[in-house]
Amino acid sequence: MNEVDSVDFVIRGRPIVAGSAEGEALVTHEALSFWGGYDFHTGTIIDKHHPLAGVSAAGRILAVPCSKGSSTTTAVLLEAVRAGTAPAAILTTDADSFFALASIVAGVMYGKSFPVVALESRDFDALESGTRLRIEPTGIVRRV
Amino acid sequence: MHLTDGDRAMLDGAKGAAPQLAMQILVRMAEVYGADELMDITQAHIDSTIYLGDATLEFAERLAALGAKVAVPTSLNVSGVDECGWKDWAVPADWAAKAARQMLAYERMGAVPTWTCAPYQTKMRPSFGQQIAWGESNAIAFANSVIGARTERYPDLLDICCAIAGRVPAVGLHLTENRAGQLLLRLAGIPRALQQDDQFFAVLGHLVGKLAGDLIPVIEGVDVVPTEDHLKAFSAAVASSGRVALFHIVGVTPEAGTLDAAFQGRAPRQTQEITIADLRAARRELTTADGQPLDMVILGSPHFSVAEFVQLAPLVAGKRRHAKVKFLITSGRFMKEMAEKAGVLGPIVDFGAQITLDTCILASPMLPPEIKTLMTNSPKYAYYAPSLLNTRVTFGSLADCVRSAVEGRVVRDDSLWETP
Repeated sequence: MNEVDSVDFVIRGRPIVAGSAEGEALVTHEALSFWGGYDFHTGTIIDKHHPLAGVSAAGRILAVPCSKGSSTTTAVLLEAVRAGTAPAAILTTDADSFFALASIVAGVMYGKSFPVVALESRDFDALESGTRLRIEPTGIVRRV
Repeated sequence: MHLTDGDRAMLDGAKGAAPQLAMQILVRMAEVYGADELMDITQAHIDSTIYLGDATLEFAERLAALGAKVAVPTSLNVSGVDECGWKDWAVPADWAAKAARQMLAYERMGAVPTWTCAPYQTKMRPSFGQQIAWGESNAIAFANSVIGARTERYPDLLDICCAIAGRVPAVGLHLTENRAGQLLLRLAGIPRALQQDDQFFAVLGHLVGKLAGDLIPVIEGVDVVPTEDHLKAFSAAVASSGRVALFHIVGVTPEAGTLDAAFQGRAPRQTQEITIADLRAARRELTTADGQPLDMVILGSPHFSVAEFVQLAPLVAGKRRHAKVKFLITSGRFMKEMAEKAGVLGPIVDFGAQITLDTCILASPMLPPEIKTLMTNSPKYAYYAPSLLNTRVTFGSLADCVRSAVEGRVVRDDSLWETP
């Protein structure tokens, strides 16, 4: 099992799309559809059914278990990358193919992929909004 | 991962720049999916057609400029604009022009211009067991569950790569062993009269989507024969409130002749009962309007079918909508053409209904700001409109929608749903 140290908060995740990022964590335990759920002009979560409705995820480390709903989620995320309003990285519990694809295509189109890292559920549950996190290419998530 | 000589030729660029780009993305995604190999598909449905902004357009035009051609028969999902009717609405000219460019890019790749989110109700309907790569969440759920075709939940941007390569990662719902039910949902004492109600499968789908999580749900206890459009509403609902790509309804869907068949002989991982109280609560969630005046009735997500036009015609015949309530139906060009041939459009147009083709109110910025409250029989419109369009919405039956449009205010017959 992975070690979660309460002092030096370090989680070892599985890099689905490897990369580096640093930012403030924004954590939710509810899946999110970016289409109908994310305004790429502003980076705000707009799904009124979602607990993070009204909150901006732009430039933050978004921790969301997985995507749901519309298959246009990937395209919305690609638009957000182009507009500079995407999360800096996405942490999930599953190897979410939608988030991974958006990042891969953002790399192909704009040279701007973002890290997507899958965590064990209990590691994910240890995350808290507001903490400043650094993601490393190996999938290590550190509090900084 | 094992790649065939054909896959490698594509990846190396021997078959051109577009297949190379498609295969590069596909191979990386195959690793994400944990696939050992790729497999052939014989059909695709492209959701990447939805114009959102410069990125979706640049992606489409880049592929088209590289000379991309689809390798299998390919249908196209809704676009961002009704090319013929957008000027009647609030669509900005710049949006219309760019959305039309994106349409052209996908047509240049050799796809069939179906422009619908219900491709299974066109001549592009796949067959049982057919391996396909489909985008559009409602269409994925319908193709897998109602038809028994086999597709993973392909996202925008990947669907077109699969169509160009004619290959997909050999994983997930393409493989028999991954299609077994996992979550058993038992209808507990749900009266037949309620099951026969026009709204039942939409509401049930909304609820099942929330209960299912990542599991393949199996619904037991349906003792009516749903219409195809009821199963369409269920598919749209279950893929809006949740991420369901395959469901089984015992005695209804083709891989669920029996409960045992639905689970492929395995035991359910979880079992849960669905009560009438659960269904009532789910139906209430689909309504966010609260006494405001009604501005518009909106039908057709997924796109209105011929059968729905046929069902609507006698409900509106000889009537006229209230002057203050717009009545809009979103559909596809093939569906409208078939409805015309069936001779049912006359009373619908005389009623004062407008028809938008090839797109919908969620995919095209067509509604003027004065439209603040909607009424719909579509669980997908009811789910997404409050967030995407900042409107309030009332969910009701088709008959309720027509009555409300005539009276100029929300009128709902709740007797089946809200009686104690």
